[in-house]
Amino acid sequence: MAKTHVTMKVNGAEIEGLVEPRTLLVHFIRENLQLTGTHIGCETTHCGACTVDLDGMSVKSCTMFAVQAAGSEIITIEGVANADGSLSALQEGFRMMHGLQCGFCTPGMILRAQRLLKENPSPSEAEIRMGISGNICRCTGYQNIVRAIQYAAAKINGVEFQEAAE
Amino acid sequence: MIPGPFSYHRPATLADAVKLLSTLGDEARPLAGGHSLVPMMKLRLATPEHLVDLHGIDGLKGIRRDGNRIVIGAMTTQHELLASDEIAKSLPMLHETVLLIADPQVRYRGTIGGNVANGDPGNDMPALMLTLGASYRLEGTAGARDVAASEFYQGAYFTALEPGEILTSISIPAPAAGHGYAYEKLKRKVGDYATAAAAVVLTMSGGKVAGCAIGLTNLHETPLLAAEAARCVIGTSLDEATLKKAAAAAEAIMSPAADARGPVEYRKHVGGIMVTRALTRAAGRAS
Repeated sequence: MAKTHVTMKVNGAEIEGLVEPRTLLVHFIRENLQLTGTHIGCETTHCGACTVDLDGMSVKSCTMFAVQAAGSEIITIEGVANADGSLSALQEGFRMMHGLQCGFCTPGMILRAQRLLKENPSPSEAEIRMGISGNICRCTGYQNIVRAIQYAAAKINGVEFQEAAE
Repeated sequence: MIPGPFSYHRPATLADAVKLLSTLGDEARPLAGGHSLVPMMKLRLATPEHLVDLHGIDGLKGIRRDGNRIVIGAMTTQHELLASDEIAKSLPMLHETVLLIADPQVRYRGTIGGNVANGDPGNDMPALMLTLGASYRLEGTAGARDVAASEFYQGAYFTALEPGEILTSISIPAPAAGHGYAYEKLKRKVGDYATAAAAVVLTMSGGKVAGCAIGLTNLHETPLLAAEAARCVIGTSLDEATLKKAAAAAEAIMSPAADARGPVEYRKHVGGIMVTRALTRAAGRAS
């Protein structure tokens, strides 16, 4: 099958590549661009481990073709740290609140949470839980993932993080 | 999982898309949000030789008011429906139901056109469209035609779409002011298809039901209008005996498949419960 030339912006850098139409975006990101932070979990659009930010949307990169992302702007987990290399509020939140155990779902969780907080900077706990309902944690560590997102929201809003009483 | 090989087309106009689909014939599929088709292609349950991506076509997106109707472009995503003030105000049942479709990531990509046109009995929008009395604009090489949602579904994945035709927009009459509505969906988890679901739109007058429509999701190979059940409740105050009668009338037309969501008897039983709950909740919202 003839390959198609695509260009897109990934983590701020203009990149180009040759793809077969059937190449899934996640395979392009991991194999062509060697950005292996984006994980492949279920491969069936359920788990959200492959979530990336594409033109302001959280998308499951296993469920679109790379050729469809031509001309788009993509952020992967490799592109979420601050410009000076320090951790983003969400990365810091996951670290401080023990939001990861095995870490497999973490890239997808962080990308999804980043978009959620852009759209809703002060989400309630219920809104956070619905917001990450397309991401599955194999360790079932949702409690701390929710706290990590609350920590990040507080930090972004410049308020002190207060844990809800147990 | 990697799909079989195919050629990718991204036409810039509807005319080009229609021409491609009619020229390429059965081996071509239109690609909207892709969240039904791409998973099927990865499982090799669908192996189209050509995909005609509709994302490059201007004018297939958007929500507008046209007199007493709301017209929604087929490529409008579920995320965009949720963000729309017009939908929240005029079609609150649509807003409520979209929140029950899949998960946030899928809603950024999934389109209303794909949801209604695919003919999947598990999709939530078709029963809603029957309940709301919607019609679909289908455009092909022979021109455009409007088909009522109630005439569109012929079997599982089998619809009134002719080869080469594209569903381009959906037109929904605005429900009466003060109408009550509810979509009750039983599902095993976020993102699942309905084990059973019921949509209700009704109007009340002097404490009695004045008008009512009931739609059913995933309880037959096509979405259903439960006309007899709706007739049962007209003129009543939805007392317990009436609710039972309506649920029984709805169950009588259900023929769900037995699958991982449960055996036939169970799915019919909970289908009746969804009808009862939707009627009760809708009545509580009517003014």
